[in-house]
Amino acid sequence: MTDSAFAVVRAGALTTVQDLGRAGHAHLGVPRSGALDEPAHRLANRLVGNPEDAATLETTLTGCAVRLRRAATVAVTGAPCPVTVDGRTVAWGAPVRLPDGTVLDVGPATHGVRSYVAFGGGVDAEPVLGSRSTDVLSGLGPAPLADGAVLRLGASYGPAPAVDWVPYAGIVPELVLPVVLGPRDDWFTAAGLRTLTTGRFRVAAASNRIGLRTEGPALERARDGELPSEGMALGALQVPPDGRPVLFLADHPTTGGYPVVGVVPEPYLAAAAQAAPGTPVRFAPLRRPGQASRVRAGRR
Amino acid sequence: MTGGATTARAAGADGGAEAPQPGPRVLPVGEHGLLLEVGSGEAVEALHAELLRRAAARTLPAVREIVPAARTVLLDGVADPARLAAELVTWEIPPLVRGDEEAVEVPVRYDGPDLADVAGLWGVTPQEVARIHSGTEFRVAFSGFAPGFGYLTGLPERLHVPRRATPRTRVPVGSVALAGPYTGVYPRSSPGGWQLIGTTDAVLWDTARDPAALLTPGARVRFVVAEPTGPEGREQ
Repeated sequence: MTDSAFAVVRAGALTTVQDLGRAGHAHLGVPRSGALDEPAHRLANRLVGNPEDAATLETTLTGCAVRLRRAATVAVTGAPCPVTVDGRTVAWGAPVRLPDGTVLDVGPATHGVRSYVAFGGGVDAEPVLGSRSTDVLSGLGPAPLADGAVLRLGASYGPAPAVDWVPYAGIVPELVLPVVLGPRDDWFTAAGLRTLTTGRFRVAAASNRIGLRTEGPALERARDGELPSEGMALGALQVPPDGRPVLFLADHPTTGGYPVVGVVPEPYLAAAAQAAPGTPVRFAPLRRPGQASRVRAGRR
Repeated sequence: MTGGATTARAAGADGGAEAPQPGPRVLPVGEHGLLLEVGSGEAVEALHAELLRRAAARTLPAVREIVPAARTVLLDGVADPARLAAELVTWEIPPLVRGDEEAVEVPVRYDGPDLADVAGLWGVTPQEVARIHSGTEFRVAFSGFAPGFGYLTGLPERLHVPRRATPRTRVPVGSVALAGPYTGVYPRSSPGGWQLIGTTDAVLWDTARDPAALLTPGARVRFVVAEPTGPEGREQ
């Protein structure tokens, strides 16, 4: 076949197709999904001249390698990593023009977790509910990459911009996550809430696209049992019976019965997506909506 | 449509038997969400219907998600949640007017592996489980667990059953199942702890269809016996 495509040479630990997800279907039980480090995904697309909602590849810790079946401009962002083309080192975080037949190897993350690989024209796959994102919770969207698989590329959107250098927020050695308390902070004792805001947590190895799990002190509950199922927001800090908060990421379930002690605003979730297992985590209380002096942060 | 108009219409239509509900309790969800809590599943249904009416009439500010659940409706992606919260508590929610919309009919073979256990819990024969279940009008209270999985209410409290002590690692697609106050149909095979009473060939989830889910929140549902409840020999 000589169509616009690339073949997967090395799929890596978990490499998925991601775009900006399929918001608006949570009432049908459909997670939003989409790139976990959304600013990195958007940047990768901009570097190759794509619209920001074009699909990229999201790698996990070990990178991936693909053989191009047509010439394409590519860019790798997100978790910093060695990038080679037919064994020769090329720039990370910059557009690179690759001839037909070359092998692009996105190496293991030197720090962080997820690198984003954009191709001029975007990764093509059958959209499901308006998105090409792989949702690992519900199985919607294209399958995760497998060795030998062939994926299509879309038609180029035009020339990539001339860029030598882009600002990038980088990977943080300690994850500090602002939290707006509620809706169920009253299910925890005052001591439990103090544990949340003063305790030293770490990112647990069991973290994935569904949630960032923590290890650390357990939050003391003021009441036992479960809630009747209620809607779960992106960034919700759900506390299962073991008392260790789980931060809900893009593939999180849409409803759940464990209490949500607080919610981390979306601009901070990109940093969470890049926090490798073992990274220290602290939670900092943020004022509730409607109160003055809301902290703002972003990485774009 | 204004809040005053809906209240007046609902009171008139209902002959004053049911007063409008007061507005919901509003809880914060991050910087751009609100969790609206009410006292019952029926109140959720009424609140959800009112939210959809106001969204259709464009009197509700733009929201990304409206997610009904057992006692709550989650609004996410709200630009100014403080302003909407202040407005919401003044709402009078008109009592639900059950429309004459068609019920979704789901054909079921009542042949599930837990049919006898459920019959035991209900104190009836397996055939009567099929008769009672297929004679009940259900409503999709909310979705979750998997795309297209609806939590259906309608069974009276005395017919609520616990989950299985040990969940199954694989429940086949199309299994019709009970747990707590709910009936559900598995849109794809998955692990599950619900009591399986039957099987349907209905396609619960099809992304080529709009909506992709056969059972959407608020929909009425009837289960229809697809064939006799199984060979005589299998029943005790």
